Amino acid sequence: MAHADTTHAPPAHEASAHPPAHEEETNTGISHRKLLMWVFLGSDCLFFGSLIATYMVYRGQSIVGPYPIDIIDVPITTISTFVLLMSSFTMVMAVAAARNGNQKRLIQWLVCTIVLGGGFIGFQVYEFNLFRVEGLRYETNLFSSTFFTLTGFHGAHVTLGIFWLICLAVISARNPAGRPSGEDVDIAGLYWHFVDIVWIVIFTLLYLIGGFDAGPDVGHAAAQGWQWITGIIT
Amino acid sequence: MVTITGVIPRPNTYTGLWSWLTTVDHKRIGALYGFSAFFFFMVGGIEAGIMRLQLATSDASLVSADWFNAMFTMHGTTMIFMAIMPFGATFFNFLVPLMIGARDVAFPRLNAFSYWTFLFGALLMHAGFLIGQVPDAGWFSYANLTAAPFSEGKGLDFWALSLQVLGVASLAAGFNFVVTIINMRAPGMSLMRMPVFVWMTLVTSILLVLAFPIITVALIELTADRQFGANFFNTAAGGDPILWQHLFWLFGHPEVYILILPAMGVVSEIIPTYSRKPLFGYPVVVFSGIVIAIMSWAVWSHHMFTVGLGAIANSVFTITTMLIAVPTGVKIFNWIGTMWQGSIDLKTPMLMAIGFVALFIVGGLSGVSHAVSPSDFQQQDTYYIVAHIHYVLFGGAIFGIFAGIYYWYPKITGKMYHETLGQVHFWLMFIGMNLTFFPMHYAGLNGMPRRIYTYAEGFGWEFMNLLATIGYFVIVISLLVFIHNFFRSLKKGEEAGHDPWDAPTLEWSISSPPPVYNFAEIPVVKGQDAYWITKREAEARGETVPAEPHVDPSTIHMPSPSYWPLITSFGVVWIAGGLLIDFGWDYIRFPISFIGGLITIIGVIGWSNEPAAEEHHEAEAHH
Repeated sequence: MAHADTTHAPPAHEASAHPPAHEEETNTGISHRKLLMWVFLGSDCLFFGSLIATYMVYRGQSIVGPYPIDIIDVPITTISTFVLLMSSFTMVMAVAAARNGNQKRLIQWLVCTIVLGGGFIGFQVYEFNLFRVEGLRYETNLFSSTFFTLTGFHGAHVTLGIFWLICLAVISARNPAGRPSGEDVDIAGLYWHFVDIVWIVIFTLLYLIGGFDAGPDVGHAAAQGWQWITGIIT
Repeated sequence: MVTITGVIPRPNTYTGLWSWLTTVDHKRIGALYGFSAFFFFMVGGIEAGIMRLQLATSDASLVSADWFNAMFTMHGTTMIFMAIMPFGATFFNFLVPLMIGARDVAFPRLNAFSYWTFLFGALLMHAGFLIGQVPDAGWFSYANLTAAPFSEGKGLDFWALSLQVLGVASLAAGFNFVVTIINMRAPGMSLMRMPVFVWMTLVTSILLVLAFPIITVALIELTADRQFGANFFNTAAGGDPILWQHLFWLFGHPEVYILILPAMGVVSEIIPTYSRKPLFGYPVVVFSGIVIAIMSWAVWSHHMFTVGLGAIANSVFTITTMLIAVPTGVKIFNWIGTMWQGSIDLKTPMLMAIGFVALFIVGGLSGVSHAVSPSDFQQQDTYYIVAHIHYVLFGGAIFGIFAGIYYWYPKITGKMYHETLGQVHFWLMFIGMNLTFFPMHYAGLNGMPRRIYTYAEGFGWEFMNLLATIGYFVIVISLLVFIHNFFRSLKKGEEAGHDPWDAPTLEWSISSPPPVYNFAEIPVVKGQDAYWITKREAEARGETVPAEPHVDPSTIHMPSPSYWPLITSFGVVWIAGGLLIDFGWDYIRFPISFIGGLITIIGVIGWSNEPAAEEHHEAEAHH
């Protein structure tokens, strides 16, 4: 239990205010791990980009229903989107707390982020289950295959992020002396914000724009969506 | 969590089998990549031989049509993903830290993970042979030939899932080398002082990082279709098989440059050394490499001219494809310009490098000829295309790889290879290569389609095919000469010394083979061709450059070996392999795959709880 042994660890304020000594000097001044995260996120852009492209190519091409307009519930997902975006705010606070070396605040904000992220996943589980009950299974049509794959992989990213934050919270609860470092939380924060940004794109394309698609005729569906929006405004 | 690391004691052996299984030393990982890549190169070569024997005469019946399909699929997949790419990784691993004056890569354990994941993925792909389930839809596995009704059995599941695992390995390696090159250069090694090989590694790694997610998605969609009943490429549900082609080639064309850019980097190191001149137009070579990488994203549909994308799409991709020949041509002129008025020493690596330039020009020219879409309509799916791809990948990539193997053999092993045998290898391979692939141009333009398992008499294809088959055996003989030379020189080769070629790059400034810690003292770089500068300055002072400064190696802290990369890789391949299990009850594959997930999670937790370097092991490590 190396972590529990705090006798040799430097005082908390000193350790977390500065990067740990083993962090090597680099050409860019950015640590290896943070640069790795940036490169990974660049790579992940192409991953989600390809999934989103697949969705957009197949938009309105399903031959059988249920179609998005039959099943997508924009208001509910607006709430879950709000929940996820708030988690980005609490993540920022967690990063700030870690940088200031405030271990207590760090744990509090991490727990907030975990709860909000978990809330988003809860909404997604609810939504997936509702869709299943209403007859939209993975193999039903093109819409279901593309929708579940894209949002499912996004949900998997959020879930992985939650586990990561839980690990950070547990580590900081067990060992208040310098771990996790500001850098550790910062890198997790990069990942978390990225996943949130991806959700903004997905929410816009799959819900706000694509959520009103009916059958194979996209033009028709878009017109319906426009009517729905103008109906709300007027 | 911490206790997991306690259960398995950290490996602390530096010899024997376990030391290889747990190594995080980039040089050892490079060697592992090299041997594995050569093994799969031979496997792919045997598959090619079966095809060449079958096609040597008309109406042959050596293999069935089904088996022939499996052979060309596995030949392409093996050569691209399990031979040429890991050969590239061999050089990245061995050379990049040495060339930039670093002691290891940025993430040594991630590096080990890349290798093991690659090896396990490759073995999983070949495991299909054991149960007679071999992929047979071509190396680009076009939808909807890959749909369950048209490709029964598990062959394509092996293909898709193993390729997914190989993708994980490539991505991890790509991340590692981008970070290593950007962050770990020795003092003074600015980007524009890096050896061209390092530049090409950086460009290739960025391409890997950006291109592999696309094939990952394509394979996820294919796997979802085949395993979970999704509709991505199901035409009955409105799915579009052309989507697969777009995704595959949007990955596939950058992939082509992932295969060739490392070889271009190798050649850019070798030609200056044996011409006794710095590389002509270094910044131009670097920038044309970068331009190739950027433009490689804008040419993918030239693989799809006959699909029917329309005149505008075909015209645009004709133009972009012809444009990408420009930076490639620029590089060719730079290499020729380097040799111009140089004091050329025709050692084996130089011969291979010149062979690369010559053969790559032939492949490049045939490439331009089918960049023109109307002309491509005549060439699509004929042996002309087969000739082209082999001129760029065998004449290009493989010649570049062998050039590199000979060039760095003294550095890697500490021994000199046998020069005469090396030249015999070169000439046999050069003649064999042209004998095999040049006639294919004629066969193709005379209408011979690719991927046919046999052909009837009377089309006039027999002679060209017979020549190609004879050429194949000349290549085989040349490779036997290489293998003999390799192992003979390991035993009986002369001591190479640390700098047998009077080379310009930093890896030659340290002893051969390099010590575990590479540089006892991190070098300070004063310009391009850093080691030439050091040597010339010392000569001007009338001194010689010592091979090693005297520093006590026990003060150098190196990362310790670790079990966790191996365990994590094992878990990753188990996830994929589990989905292939079928004991009559289909759903058993999910729990089995899930066990793989658990192994991966245990591996990751153990990994993250283990410090990169174990302080107290260090002292005993380097005695």
